[in-house]
Amino acid sequence: MDFDLPMIWLAVILFAIAMYVIMDGFDLGIGILFPFVKDKHDRDVMMNTVAPVWDGNETWLVLGGAGLMAAFPLAYAVVLSALYQPIILMLLGLIFRGVAFEFRFKAPEREQAFWDKAFIGGSVTAAFFQGVTLGAYINGIVLSGNAFSGGAFDWISPFSLFTGLGVMVAYAMLGSTWLIMKTEDKLQQRMLQVTRPLVGLVVIALAGVSIWTPLAHPSIAERWFSLPNFYFLSFVPVLVAISLYSLMRELKSGYDRQPFIAALIIVLLGLFGLAISIWPQIIPPHVTIWEAAAPPASLKFALVGTLAIIPVILVYTIWSYRVFKGKVRHGDGYH
Amino acid sequence: MPDISALDLARIQFAFTVSFHIIFPAITIGLASYLFVLEAMWLKTGREVYKNLYHYWLKIFGVNFGMGVVSGLVMAYQFGTNWSGFSAFAGSVTGPLLTYEVLTAFFLEAGFLGVMMFGWSRVGPGLHLLSTAMVALGTLISATWILASNSWMQTPQGFEIANGIVVPVDWWAIIFNPSFPYRLVHMGIAAFLATALMVGAAGAWHLLKGQTTEATRTMLSMAMWMLVGVAPLQAVVGDFHGLNTLKHQPAKLAAIEGHWEHHEGGVPLLLFGLPDMEAETTHFSVGIPHLGSLILTHSWDGRVPALKDFPPEDRPNASIIFWSFRVMVGLGIMMIALGLWSVWLRYRGSLYTHRGFLRMALWMGPAGVIAILAGWFTTEIGRQPWVVYGIMRTADAVSNHDISSLAGSLALFVAVYFFVFGIGISYLMHLMRLPVRHGSPEPEGGPGQPRQPMRPLSAPDASFSLESQSHNAKES
Repeated sequence: MDFDLPMIWLAVILFAIAMYVIMDGFDLGIGILFPFVKDKHDRDVMMNTVAPVWDGNETWLVLGGAGLMAAFPLAYAVVLSALYQPIILMLLGLIFRGVAFEFRFKAPEREQAFWDKAFIGGSVTAAFFQGVTLGAYINGIVLSGNAFSGGAFDWISPFSLFTGLGVMVAYAMLGSTWLIMKTEDKLQQRMLQVTRPLVGLVVIALAGVSIWTPLAHPSIAERWFSLPNFYFLSFVPVLVAISLYSLMRELKSGYDRQPFIAALIIVLLGLFGLAISIWPQIIPPHVTIWEAAAPPASLKFALVGTLAIIPVILVYTIWSYRVFKGKVRHGDGYH
Repeated sequence: MPDISALDLARIQFAFTVSFHIIFPAITIGLASYLFVLEAMWLKTGREVYKNLYHYWLKIFGVNFGMGVVSGLVMAYQFGTNWSGFSAFAGSVTGPLLTYEVLTAFFLEAGFLGVMMFGWSRVGPGLHLLSTAMVALGTLISATWILASNSWMQTPQGFEIANGIVVPVDWWAIIFNPSFPYRLVHMGIAAFLATALMVGAAGAWHLLKGQTTEATRTMLSMAMWMLVGVAPLQAVVGDFHGLNTLKHQPAKLAAIEGHWEHHEGGVPLLLFGLPDMEAETTHFSVGIPHLGSLILTHSWDGRVPALKDFPPEDRPNASIIFWSFRVMVGLGIMMIALGLWSVWLRYRGSLYTHRGFLRMALWMGPAGVIAILAGWFTTEIGRQPWVVYGIMRTADAVSNHDISSLAGSLALFVAVYFFVFGIGISYLMHLMRLPVRHGSPEPEGGPGQPRQPMRPLSAPDASFSLESQSHNAKES
């Protein structure tokens, strides 16, 4: 039996990206939410909720990068070069934020305010430029032959800035619903307050992208609105609407885990929707996954290990989250 | 600087980010194995000193590991952002190897790191030792994959070229390419040496300050035993690695030797010289006759490749690697000397009190890291002008960014790295100046309370101001 290896690899990479968004999205969101919480102890609690897990979270981003290089070397080469500036800024944001996150707890008292700002700045920068990168990617990449031939600033467009803001609000919503689950009392109340307007902003972002992309790209309009695709694919927006509705209801009902789960589903559906829009392109708008795929010898060799090892990794990951489950309180953790 | 090209800037950026990065994983590899030995010794002998040292170095390990993770993230993307020609051409080989590194090493380390760092009182001693062993194993597996990938770029085989890209034919041959075993052993030993020198320097510092405890003595003693055993071995492995280079990358070897043309009789070993790529000669050379031939060919008059055997556009920059190689070897000789001195003092019974020796051990603290950087500069610059040796030139590998983009990103990397990792390294130094504490350092959670253990980088628990006041007080 002949497998469609590039298709399987696309699924693997989407899975790694989804894992990254699930796992790093909320902890970037916590950095974005920092300015809305002033109390130092509350800020300590916010950080401690993600402290034990965020290291491992970023490994999924490394896997996404390495997997893309293994399976679609041409896409890895062209896309990362074309989006050079936003990717470098994103990486610097992640470094800065990661280390700021650490040093905040060890710095002398007088320097802590500085590391708070660095944490906010790094998180906002990383989230915004992930979104910008995504928007610029959807907009398409100028090629001549097999090399990027556009300009250094091609990534700047109204659409990419809009998706930058969209990813920021989506991560902030993941962060606030995560904190509803992981905290209590005053901080939890505060997060309930900020989640409602955030959901509104996420709706605007989702609607914006859903209207903007089919208008700008006829191929995307055709993907979603031609028959019979329309019937098959309409479950995506329907599920988004149901999830949004249940998220708003759960915010009122006082369950503390459900809002986070609903928020995750919404963000993943958004990601899935974009994948449907772009498929089968891997370098939009002209190069497909089959054209950019590595030789079968590479795809097979890497796939064997990937499929064998990822389940084991998932077991570790779930286990480590279970070790740290439960509410985080003032005074827990660092001292 | 009108002479700087976009290619130069991209190379400087890669060299800068990878040089910063390599320091952290090298120390991580050494410390993880050291921690495993300490924990195994504690379980075997029941001596408190091993447990106390374990917890002491575990904090330093945590900070170092975290910096390795963040600086490594950049490397995973930089092949694509800056070297798209290379990635499109050889990603079919490099990509799968890196994917295996992430899957078999990074996740293994992440999976067991939590228990290693915080599980001391949560799991049994056997399971805890197993966690330390798995983290140590993860660091070694990581080194294996990344060095297989790098070695393939140095001595590529097991592939064919079709439609302008590399097509893997034999993965066994790709991974076990000719320079891989030598590079793996050489780098593995280098990581152990660098760590031993760092641990030894910390021990020496405490002893010089009069903090003569069983812990500080054990620190120095174990580090020196490692040095005695391994530094001479490294010289032998280095010799084999050099012979491998002679066989597969003769131009690199000629540049290391500063050797330009063939003469009658044997080749000298140059101790000093200024290789000049323009004038095609090595100025002011001072050498020992015949020794070059003797070392490289194991014969008195053996022929050694000369730079003029290769067209100018295929020559690596001898001005740099002539010296980076000598820095590495010079430091290696000093490591062997320090090890021998330690044996002598041990025999005389003054290992822990001889101030001259302790000062040398202190000053040699960074020598391993510097030697690693010098060695990598030698082998990487020596591979030039090729990115994949003999197959693809570095100039064809680079992404086509304009100079201002690259200058901007390089400036940002330099600013952020010096600031962030500068602070991180100062923090490591600070931890190494703290006294070794007794007893279990872990805060206990209340019964039935799900507590929030600290994450790796947060293991160092006190603030700067508190620690510096207490660092002389505890031990006696």
